[in-house]
Amino acid sequence: MENLIKKRYYVILFIIFGLVAICLIRLFHIQILDPSYKKHAEQNALRHLTEHPERGLIYDRNDSLLVYNEVAYDLMIVPNELRTFDTNDLCRILDIDKEILLKRIEKAKAYSMLIPTIFEQQMSKEDYGYVEEKLYKFPGFFVQNRTLRSYPHPVAAHIFGYVGEVSQKILDNDPYYQLGDYIGISGIEKAYEPELRGVKGKRVVLVDVHNRERGSYNDGELDQAPVAGTDLWSSIDLRLQIYAERLLNERSGSIVAIEPATGEILCIVSSPSYDPNLLVGKARGKNYRLLQEDKKKNPLFNRALSAMYPPGSTFKLANALIALQEGIITPSTSYFCPHGYIVGNLTVKCYHTGTVDLTSAIQVSCNNYFCRIFYNTLSNRTKFPSIQEAYNTWKKHINDFGFGQKFESDLPYETRGIIPSSDYFDKIYHKSWNGNTVISMGIGQGEVATTPIQMANFMAIIANRGYYIKPHVIRAIGKKNNPNHRYTEKHYCSIEAKHYAAVIKGMEQVMVAGTARRSKIEGIRMAGKTGTAQNPHGMDHAVFAGFAPIDNPKIAIFVLVENAGGGGAVAAPIASSIIEYYLKDETKKEELENKLNDSLKK
Amino acid sequence: MRRDTKFNISKGIDTQLVIIYLVLVIIGWFAIYSSSYNPEIHSTNIFDLSKNYGKQLIWIASAFVLAIVVLSFESRHYMHFAYHIYIFFLLIMLIVVFVGTEISGAKAWIKIGNYSIQPTEFAKFATALALAKFFNEGKTQSQKRYMWLTAFGMIFIPIIIIIFQKDAGSALVFLSFIILFYREGLSGNIFLIAVTAFILFLLTFMLNELYAIAISTSIFLIFWIINRKKKKKLIRNAIIYGCALLFIFSIDIIYDKTLQPHQKMRIDTILGKTSDPQGADFNLNQSKIAIGSGGLWGKGYLNGTQTKLNFVPEQSTDFIFCSIGEEFGFLGSLVILSLFTALIYRILFLSEQHRNPFVRYYGYGVASIIFFHFIINIGMTIGLVPIIGIPLPFLSYGGSSLWGFTILLFIFIRLNNS
Repeated sequence: MENLIKKRYYVILFIIFGLVAICLIRLFHIQILDPSYKKHAEQNALRHLTEHPERGLIYDRNDSLLVYNEVAYDLMIVPNELRTFDTNDLCRILDIDKEILLKRIEKAKAYSMLIPTIFEQQMSKEDYGYVEEKLYKFPGFFVQNRTLRSYPHPVAAHIFGYVGEVSQKILDNDPYYQLGDYIGISGIEKAYEPELRGVKGKRVVLVDVHNRERGSYNDGELDQAPVAGTDLWSSIDLRLQIYAERLLNERSGSIVAIEPATGEILCIVSSPSYDPNLLVGKARGKNYRLLQEDKKKNPLFNRALSAMYPPGSTFKLANALIALQEGIITPSTSYFCPHGYIVGNLTVKCYHTGTVDLTSAIQVSCNNYFCRIFYNTLSNRTKFPSIQEAYNTWKKHINDFGFGQKFESDLPYETRGIIPSSDYFDKIYHKSWNGNTVISMGIGQGEVATTPIQMANFMAIIANRGYYIKPHVIRAIGKKNNPNHRYTEKHYCSIEAKHYAAVIKGMEQVMVAGTARRSKIEGIRMAGKTGTAQNPHGMDHAVFAGFAPIDNPKIAIFVLVENAGGGGAVAAPIASSIIEYYLKDETKKEELENKLNDSLKK
Repeated sequence: MRRDTKFNISKGIDTQLVIIYLVLVIIGWFAIYSSSYNPEIHSTNIFDLSKNYGKQLIWIASAFVLAIVVLSFESRHYMHFAYHIYIFFLLIMLIVVFVGTEISGAKAWIKIGNYSIQPTEFAKFATALALAKFFNEGKTQSQKRYMWLTAFGMIFIPIIIIIFQKDAGSALVFLSFIILFYREGLSGNIFLIAVTAFILFLLTFMLNELYAIAISTSIFLIFWIINRKKKKKLIRNAIIYGCALLFIFSIDIIYDKTLQPHQKMRIDTILGKTSDPQGADFNLNQSKIAIGSGGLWGKGYLNGTQTKLNFVPEQSTDFIFCSIGEEFGFLGSLVILSLFTALIYRILFLSEQHRNPFVRYYGYGVASIIFFHFIINIGMTIGLVPIIGIPLPFLSYGGSSLWGFTILLFIFIRLNNS
């Protein structure tokens, strides 16, 4: 009996070792075999945060700040970390409906259960304070800082473009972006997105059971600091831009000024405009709609780049250059003008009469002279076997000036303008057409349409005597003295340099004794050409194109004021004011600014 | 005791037990430090008394003093005063039922200043001593008849008092003395019944009473078929079966009447009755995640994320094992399990070797209590048994439990040295 009892010692030992073994097997299973616990642990305690870099700043050509960043607070959500929470409380804080709340949660879930997505964008500082305080009640939510674009001066809205949430299409194609990331949608923001966006950083932080951050994981071993975006230096001259916008003073129209030697845009105005700060942040959608609905002013429409106008008399300069190049005329070729270009039933009226050579024809903007040389170009059958070939040769020169096509530089929303093909005329005129059929194109009316940027660039070509560099708005990247190499190539046009002198001489005469003589600037030799762009919908548009100084051109300009009548009266004074402002020194600038302010007050 | 030699308490004591004890206590302190360690505030003051690790230093120091005090009494004093001690602590526990302080649902604490003491922890060694004395007493034939009844009575008195304290976990601990009873001749059948009852109890909680009924019914049917020729055995089988069913239903009643809501929640989760991730199985999930994420080598000391960030509740007390499992991985777990197994084995080995049966009785009591605590505590952290809030001996934070286990163990060391 005693022996039998003694054996129980072993039974007990067996039970003890057996149960310990069961525990060990279980531990072996959960600690070594089953990896799901490690994953759970990471989801529990680690939060992968994206550190958004500050977007690059944009300065003007004189180091004035044009675009900077402001801090905003986004409420982020990680669906996987969601627990039951007081939805009403959150709705109250954010002032949203419960339906919206549920919808947003669904959207976030659909994107990713683990990656944080934006739940509420750009909370106000008060909301942020509230949420931060109560965050422990809302597991799965946290606040992330990010920056928003801000503009110290409400000018040049159209060229900056805007930054917005990345679209699904980009998300699908570019792994760099995550839902809720911001991306340049248009303008400079889009063209220089890779430079401006910087490099995203990441931070892995520990989060405790109450959803509070508790320092970095592994002493920040996995963290990467974000690299701020590259700063850009725009070619825009902020003071000139402001001055130009004020000159237009809310009238519909456009001003483009280019430095001819570099293709750098000095100012680019599309009026009416808007404050770029309106299209930032939470209110963007609402403000965008309001601007869009303003059909009368159409402030969102970028007239400088997208609006097509008949170029009017300024186009005559192009036809003159082509006629010179093709040997149709020489500078001394003269024609008598009998108050118009009259062929059979066709009459193109002219306010002028008398015999003019090329220089005088430009000076007085003789319609007869330019109709005639345009007709002679197209009907020269010794040179061109057919009207089509003659027209195509003309069109090639025109396209070479940049008309009828996009520059595709860093500018948003360009349109091509219209330079019809010979096929187009073959079609509508059933192949029976000649120079007189399309004669209005000779004086910049009819089927042709150009954009202000194209016209300004054309002035740069004349100023450069035969070449241009694509117009662009960013001159330096990263450092002020680190030039933007994207746009340095000189594009030589098909017109030989020797032909420009006569045209420029005529343009100078325009300023001295011609249609823009009242707008000449004391002490500056300037070339210009006025124009009237016919407008079938109302009063004609006033046009002026020019550059200065003639010998060493610093600025080429195009001005168009919608429904303002003749170019000489309205557009030319604006252009010469800008040129004068740009070329004169500091003291004169202030004087001009004051003068403009005074006149605007009246 | 020879009066002519210099009294030396360290002479002849079992160094293996003392070493295992010291190692466990020290590991425990480091684990408590780790689970209270805040990565943001790199406070290096280990004596910070506002922190658990600072307070635990005091408990450890005083436990060492206590151990020396325990060793300095003579063995015969423990034998002599066993009943006195037992009754003394029963009375204290009874007082606690009426005037005690409630901490996390259990009214089992006496508050003295800023510190709370849980008399239940001391009742364990007291009961072990009393049982040892009881078995050691010579018994007349009539006394022997009622021996087991008395023995069970001696463990059920504290159990009932503790149930009144609403501390079901601690009450269960006293059932572990059945191991001692079994060693001392309790009918194998009764031992089997007790173990079966315990398993049924867990099954009822872990699965569903229907499973428990189904399992006991099928066992009954098997026996019925085997013994269908023996009428006497059939009747006994039927009685046992009836008892099992009664037991299962009474568990249900106990479950409904005596368990605290939070305990019910925890148990319900194990049953799969609730799947609220934030609710009851949060504790269990989090403790499994903490241990499971440790891997083979662990995340390294002070690098545990789950325990550090409070995902594991009561991480320095009942769930201290999570900290070790997470930071030292499977190897750390293996070390802890090995130390406990070695400790228990050593106690049982010494008990069997000792000439004085009193020492054996007491030794088995000690081993039973420590084993039960250890296996249930670790079992609950890895989801093998329901969450029963009992500490891991020597490692868990808390003065009462450290003192209680220190006294429990060192009385054995003292007795073993006689």
